[in-house]
Amino acid sequence: MSPDLRDLYQEVVIDHSKKPRNFRKPEGANRSAEGLNPLCGDEMTLYLKLAGDVIEDIGFQGAGCAISKASASLMSSAVKGKTRLEAEALFERVHSMLTEGPEGKVDPEELGKLAALSGVWEFPARVKCASLAWHTLRSALAGGGAPVSTE
Amino acid sequence: MSVPRRRAAGAPNPTVLDVEKLRKDFPILRQEVRKKPLVYLDSAATAQKPRAVIDAIDRYYLEDNANVHRGVHLLSERATEAYEGAREKVQGFIGAAHAHEIVFLRGTTEAINLVAQTYGRSRVSSGDEVLVTVMEHHSNIVPWQMLCEEKGAALRVAPMDDAGQLLLDEMEKLIGPRTRLLALGHVSNALGSIHPVREIVEMAHRRGVPVLLDGAQAAPHLAIDVRQIGCDFYAFSGHKLFGPTGIGVLYGKSELLEEMPPWQGGGDMISSVSFEKTTWNKVPHKFEAGTPDIAGAIGLGAAIDYVSRVGLPRIAAYEHDLLGYATEALQTVPGLRLVGTAKEKAAVLSFLLGDVHPHDVGTVLDREGVAIRTGHHCAQPLMRRLGVAATARASLAFYNRREDVDALVKALHKVREVFA
Repeated sequence: MSPDLRDLYQEVVIDHSKKPRNFRKPEGANRSAEGLNPLCGDEMTLYLKLAGDVIEDIGFQGAGCAISKASASLMSSAVKGKTRLEAEALFERVHSMLTEGPEGKVDPEELGKLAALSGVWEFPARVKCASLAWHTLRSALAGGGAPVSTE
Repeated sequence: MSVPRRRAAGAPNPTVLDVEKLRKDFPILRQEVRKKPLVYLDSAATAQKPRAVIDAIDRYYLEDNANVHRGVHLLSERATEAYEGAREKVQGFIGAAHAHEIVFLRGTTEAINLVAQTYGRSRVSSGDEVLVTVMEHHSNIVPWQMLCEEKGAALRVAPMDDAGQLLLDEMEKLIGPRTRLLALGHVSNALGSIHPVREIVEMAHRRGVPVLLDGAQAAPHLAIDVRQIGCDFYAFSGHKLFGPTGIGVLYGKSELLEEMPPWQGGGDMISSVSFEKTTWNKVPHKFEAGTPDIAGAIGLGAAIDYVSRVGLPRIAAYEHDLLGYATEALQTVPGLRLVGTAKEKAAVLSFLLGDVHPHDVGTVLDREGVAIRTGHHCAQPLMRRLGVAATARASLAFYNRREDVDALVKALHKVREVFA
């Protein structure tokens, strides 16, 4: 396998895409949003259980490629228990890692398991797949509304 | 069947393509991508262009560039002659009765929109129906949806079987007294199914329903004769026929084009203009407002010359053989399922590989130098009918060889390794 493919499909990514965490509708969910990636047909619904400003529970359902599923799975684990502001800040850092790569201002090491997505920037066509869940999260935090599209 | 004439010794076999020689006409194919030889299997999205097409466009801009239909000077005469010459080439290529039945537009999408917005708007009213099929490309769905919405008409959808073949009996039942038009593809872009269009046109005509054929995927693979098919409209794009992007064709029967109102207003589409009354130019100019894509039409003409020299019957025979080879080869890949197994197929192979998402298949293949299309192929209703979100699609042209198929198969084994 070529090194950049190994960077993209890291073990953690494959694992999370095959066994996505929080792949469910959480009980007591009080926010939801839909995300669409028309390019590859990814569709996801993201659910939040917000208690005040804290994401008490999170889950998602839908169909998508390995990158979008793994990204949603990793994100759900990372933001559970975080406040809205903390989640927004994490969004910014992940987005910077996905679009700017090693030249950017974010050191993937600081992002824990989310660092598994650090190889995506080498695949411009796949950045949308990796960021879909995050855009959908932002939409759900803002109260849902129209489906989020990566186009 | 006619008896083949005996060949003179040493003459090229008229039924065999010298693919290696033809590939030399396509400079883009001689390159490495991702440090691997390029294996281009995405011709259904857009075909590569032979040197002859690129040169024709170059020559036009270098030597003949001028506006058409209005100059008194020599360059304008030459440009007009080349542009109208391209129209005659298209006429000959699809067997139309008259050159004025050929309208130059941006592509198949624009051609279908033109018919919807002129013919459709003047013929379809509240309670009427437009019939399409479940296999259509979005460009042969959405313009009709927009028309039906505007007019209070209904869009009906003819079904298919699981192999991707239209169910003609069901289609026939859907053609009723309120059906104003049947619009369908000649060849399915997502599955490759070749529809029995002659039979379908006959069926529709028996009920007085005109037929539009979207020939975007047929033109590069099959010899087309619009008079033999009997269709009322036929649309196709230059860029899928080894020509440039931005140019396409609408064929319409003369009497239909004559009675249709113009679409866009502007220069060249008028006969005379005053603030009180404007009269329209003759067809096809009535539908070609503004300066057309002159270079594009000339490039398309060169593409038609090229394809005609190679010979569509030979291309069809060669691709049929290659498709058979590819179909068998793909089925040796464990977990691979072909989507679309119509008896009559053009050189398109849609497939799924286990539970690996097509987008991931495409990314790994790209790293191996193999270019395919993944996604819903602008046919989301078809994907829904098939119960899949997307497929991977390898599409072949006459410049592909068995070794390209072998490279695809080898790369698919790589995909399996990555997602093991």
